[in-house]
Amino acid sequence: MTTEHPVLSTHGVSIRFGGHIAVNNVSCEFRPGTLTAIVGPNGAGKTTYFNLMSGQLSPTAGTVRLYGEDVTHLGAPQRTKRGIGRAFQLTNLFPNLTVLENVRLTVQSRAGLGLNMISMWGSHVELIEKAEHFLHVTALSERRHELAAALSHGDKRKLEIAILLALEPDIFMFDEPTAGMSVDEVPVVLDLIHHIKALGDKTILLVEHKMDVVRSLADRIIVLHNGYLVADGDPAEVMASPIVQEAYLGTGMADHV
Amino acid sequence: MIRTLLSRDLPRSRPLSAMLLVVLLGLMLAPFLVSGARSLNVAATICVFVVLVASYDLLLGYTGIVSFAHTMFYGIGAYGVGLALHGMGPSWWAVFVGTAGALSLSLVLALVIGLFSLRVRAIFYAMITLAVASAFSVVASQMSDFTGGEDGRTFKVPEILQPSFRLFDAEILGRVVDGKLITYYLVFFSALALFLFMLRIVNSPFGRVLQAIRENDFRAEALGYRTVIYRTLANCLGALIATLAGVLMALWLRYVGPKTMLSFEVMTDILLIVVIGGMGTIYGAVIGSALFILAQNYLQVLMAQASAAMSGIPFLANLFHPDRWLLWLGVLFVLSVYFFPTGIVGRLRIKALLRGRP
Ligand SMILES: Nc1ncnc2c1ncn2[C@@H]1O[C@H](COP(=O)(O)OP(=O)(O)OP(=O)(O)O)[C@@H](O)[C@H]1O
Ligand SMILES: [Mg+2]
Repeated sequence: MTTEHPVLSTHGVSIRFGGHIAVNNVSCEFRPGTLTAIVGPNGAGKTTYFNLMSGQLSPTAGTVRLYGEDVTHLGAPQRTKRGIGRAFQLTNLFPNLTVLENVRLTVQSRAGLGLNMISMWGSHVELIEKAEHFLHVTALSERRHELAAALSHGDKRKLEIAILLALEPDIFMFDEPTAGMSVDEVPVVLDLIHHIKALGDKTILLVEHKMDVVRSLADRIIVLHNGYLVADGDPAEVMASPIVQEAYLGTGMADHV
Repeated sequence: MIRTLLSRDLPRSRPLSAMLLVVLLGLMLAPFLVSGARSLNVAATICVFVVLVASYDLLLGYTGIVSFAHTMFYGIGAYGVGLALHGMGPSWWAVFVGTAGALSLSLVLALVIGLFSLRVRAIFYAMITLAVASAFSVVASQMSDFTGGEDGRTFKVPEILQPSFRLFDAEILGRVVDGKLITYYLVFFSALALFLFMLRIVNSPFGRVLQAIRENDFRAEALGYRTVIYRTLANCLGALIATLAGVLMALWLRYVGPKTMLSFEVMTDILLIVVIGGMGTIYGAVIGSALFILAQNYLQVLMAQASAAMSGIPFLANLFHPDRWLLWLGVLFVLSVYFFPTGIVGRLRIKALLRGRP
């Protein structure tokens, strides 16, 4: 399946924050049916690279392509409409809306109903049912009427994932989805990722520090270090490569490898 | 039926429902409950302010847009219809032309301000609206040949709305059915319809997106909502409804002038009412307007009585002297914000929730 055309690719993208280049000349292609893990020490530029691809940031150099189309100058909403779905590292919800409303807004965006001013929010039964479904698979149904702000950290992370699922994207971008979750909550999330992978045609990008998770899920690993892409390839190979060992050793992350 | 009219956004608190009902019945029956031009004027002003404040709540409370240009749109509506009636004579055609012209001007201004500046940070947007609104009111006063300058313009309304008009000779419940009564009900029912319309908007899929933008615009973008478009639309809707509120006020007063329709005082009144009533509730506009306009009109009377009653104690009598009414209004405002930071409606709803009886 890796012979298919890339759905998402970056060509020499860089972004500079003042004097600091957070992502430096990174070129990479992502193909459907593949789960790519993006690893690297803290501050390596992983989240920034995600932001460049999903449209939260515009690069200072280079281009981003989505299905062959140059989307470098399109914003996040347009890229979302073209199939990119993003879950954020720092939980990013609508705090004073309920759990159900958070997911419903997502379903509604996909259904293209956002500009409807005349019908009642509560009358779109099919949207509610769909939203309920995504709450069910993320084990959040019980919390549906609670405000997002009132959720525990673990439940907020799950809601973040429920929103990503509700976008029904072709490209899933997870940024440390299990960070800060309790041990018994992690399997729910990993099962979900396994499930998406099993669909076979999705492109999955996963930033993850836990190497056992990476090992069990990844088809491919790319390593970022100081904004540079320093390794790219088969998981076993990449993990054994000296450059990766050094990158992690240098920042005290070796015990994760 | 009522649920549908209210777009299933019920008051969700028994005291709040009761208060809303009192205001609704009070305004609906005002011409028969009170006598005197002043009282009816208070009732009509409340009707108009409910619409004006609710349309501002659409921006501030629902979308999180801080705008100081709301009075400008209100003024455009009032001047539009007023100048048309003044220039073209008292016909419905003039009312129509004035209203349509005012709505178009408001729409263009709201679009331009919106598209040029809703991308920038909220504080800059607020500054821009302040600048545009100030410029507009200066221009309106300067063009005195056209607008009547500081004095404003008085004008005649279509015959059926004129105070001297009699629909028929008999009285209903002891009241003659004159043009003033007809105008009052025109204002009342238009306000009611606009209010229900806004309640529907905030409870539509669109309304929920506005709330999402207020909560977290970055996330709303990541979900695929182009927030600039939604903000601009909310801005235009708010502006158009404020324009219609201005039209109603002008028809009621048969006068337009910069002090009543364009001054920054009107803007501060709107801000005070929306905060007292409760932001992001729409219903807050009803409770807030009723209390505020009543206080504005009757606090002085009440204080005069209190002051007279306490004439034996000079200090208290002085404190309650009618000239101090603004001070007391200020005190009431500070107290209400202190005790009800979420506004009266927010407060009542929280109480109902805590009692587990939504
Ligand atoms: N908006 C910004 N302005 C300035 N500097 C930024 C900005 N965003 C990120 N950076 C810097 O860019 C570098 C990369 O940050 P990024 O968040 O992409 O790292 P990361 O690999 O995701 O790290 P972590 O594992 O801690 O999440 C950091 O040095 C960070 O301080
Ligand atoms: Mg990160």
